[in-house]
Amino acid sequence: MDREGLKALVAELLQEMEGAPRQEHEDAEKILPDITAVDLRKAYFVKNPADGAAFSRLKAKTSARLGLGRAGSRYETFSYLRFRADHAAAQDSVFSLVPEAFYRDHDLPMVQTMCRDKDEYLTRPDLGRRFDEKNQVIIKKVCGQNPKALLVIGDGLSSDAITANALDCAAAIRQGLKTHGIELGKTLFIQFARVGASDHIGEITGAELVCMLVGERPGLTTSESMSAYITYRPRPGIAESKRTVVSNIHRHGTNALEAGAHIADLMARMLEQKASGVDLR
Amino acid sequence: MSETLQSVGIDLGTSTTQLIHSRLTLENTAPAFTVPRMEISKREILYRSPIHFTPLLNADTLDAAAIGDLIAGEYDRAGIRPEEIQTGAVIITGETARKENARAVLAAISHLAGTFVVATAGPALESVLAARGAGADVYAREHGKWVLHLDIGGGTTNLARIDPRGKIVETGCLNVGGRLVKLDPQGTVTYVSPVLKGFPAPRVGERATPETLSPLLDRLVAVLEEAVGLSPPTALLLGQITDKTVKTDPMPEVLSFSGGVAALLEQEEPWLAYGDLGVLLAAKIRASKLMALPHILGRETIRATVVGAGSHATELSGSTVFYRGVAFPLQDLLVAAWTEQALREPAAVALPGRVVTGYDSLIRLAEGLTRAASTLPPGAPLAVVLEQDVAKALGQALATLLPPERPILCLDSLSLPPESFLDVAAPVGGGTALPVVIKTLAFS
Repeated sequence: MDREGLKALVAELLQEMEGAPRQEHEDAEKILPDITAVDLRKAYFVKNPADGAAFSRLKAKTSARLGLGRAGSRYETFSYLRFRADHAAAQDSVFSLVPEAFYRDHDLPMVQTMCRDKDEYLTRPDLGRRFDEKNQVIIKKVCGQNPKALLVIGDGLSSDAITANALDCAAAIRQGLKTHGIELGKTLFIQFARVGASDHIGEITGAELVCMLVGERPGLTTSESMSAYITYRPRPGIAESKRTVVSNIHRHGTNALEAGAHIADLMARMLEQKASGVDLR
Repeated sequence: MSETLQSVGIDLGTSTTQLIHSRLTLENTAPAFTVPRMEISKREILYRSPIHFTPLLNADTLDAAAIGDLIAGEYDRAGIRPEEIQTGAVIITGETARKENARAVLAAISHLAGTFVVATAGPALESVLAARGAGADVYAREHGKWVLHLDIGGGTTNLARIDPRGKIVETGCLNVGGRLVKLDPQGTVTYVSPVLKGFPAPRVGERATPETLSPLLDRLVAVLEEAVGLSPPTALLLGQITDKTVKTDPMPEVLSFSGGVAALLEQEEPWLAYGDLGVLLAAKIRASKLMALPHILGRETIRATVVGAGSHATELSGSTVFYRGVAFPLQDLLVAAWTEQALREPAAVALPGRVVTGYDSLIRLAEGLTRAASTLPPGAPLAVVLEQDVAKALGQALATLLPPERPILCLDSLSLPPESFLDVAAPVGGGTALPVVIKTLAFS
């Protein structure tokens, strides 16, 4: 399919969908239409279906790529390009850095694990769990000694997840902990962070409880999914089963504010029970 | 891991009084490692009472003592004590709600039935409960069809229009029922409802036959045909509307029937078997244009409303909620729209739609609610009910702003119709969710 044909197809799909913006003809001359603007849950591509409405209702419940139609034994061009686009977005989210403005403008002191760049981060998980001397000094200074609870934000495998959710979620956690009489200090931002970085921070600071908001490995459905990993008395070598995780924090999952409120209550319970992960009742 | 709620449903209808006991099973359906999501996963009926005629002292007065005895007897027979009941609904329907002492009887019964049992009336709720009790909403969702449910009882026909996703989008109520005329075993008319004014109705004392009643029955069936959109609406339909009727665009693809008259659609009985119009009305419906549309009989027919009251009146809030200092159960909270006005009476502030876009807007909303709550009487809770899943975050924001002695309740994932009332039971699921019953206006 040529460029014009693709443009027409996307415009047509957008128009078929409820509430989709209409493309102006003049704009169409300048801007390549955004194929990711089509909400796949609402679009159904099979021609002459027996009961398209019923299929559409099923489709609304899943983000799986169903009812795409076909050309012979292959995908149609739109489906193929959309798959490539979503895959590219997921890869971008893994390989791109959280912008400096994110932590600079929101008073989040930045530290970096022992990874020097993204490539090293992806190939050396062990380095993503440790900090060098220089960064350890910053952590000690920002977090103090033996804090009751620490909240840190790590980029993890998705920078999009962090820019989309972390600030609202962190604000809700801070506020929720206040209702339990727990005041949080400053929140660190950690570049090239693995979940296990919590453990080194626990060792450096003696924190009783560490909560890390971290970007999840992106999938083809969303690149914006964030998780919270909460560990009681984290230290290097602690079993993964000792962590409590709240996953699927994003627009289409649990929204960042409500997840934050839930995490705050969880953290208060952990401090009360002095436990996390499988030990938490 | 699951827990259960013991529920009761009592239906005081125009012709019959019925009771069911049911058990609602609550389960966390969210995958591990995510925020919990409590849902009612199972509804089991433990006990169905026989169908009693509603005890009346005379045409205008309910026999409160006999109704009390009847209910106490059914609790005994079921082996369930009122103290064990955790939720449910007593609903007073059709012509019974128009009796002189209906309000007093309803209050007395809900006291007898258990502490947290909603006493309620009103055609809108009855329509919803009958449709759910009959399973019409599940049918619509599973078949992806527009369904119009008709619960044809003694005094009224309750309509519920259901979209292909199984959502009840509209309700209506018509003065069409099997017991608008009562007859003795010889066929002598003993009662004619005043709602038949203008119809070719017989007079009290007159000897009636199926032939003499035929013109009246034809007109009643014509009202139903107009209501479902089979013929254009006329003054005939308008005259029988108790509060409103439903739209018929798009046309219903399937008609679903319940109620005492529907129970007679599939069985032949002598026309005077129940001393009313029921058998003849069912026969007329069977021969009418209504049967030309695809139609189904409900999973429950005569018991649809009572099953709805017992098993479907209770809903669960979202599973991330906030409450502080609240004495459960809360009863009869008036639902109020959010107008940023000062609150002077305890009310449930309803916030439909997406009201919060981020942390800043959450705080602005909490500040507005805090200002409005300052005029509430001491000790009265600030109750907020959202559709958007942000109740816990909003509740925590309010908790940091309001003085500690002010009780706070924030619920979400609920939509409250205007002019409704809310009852809230004690938390379930380890404190994560709250069972609620949304009631419509009890008496006009």
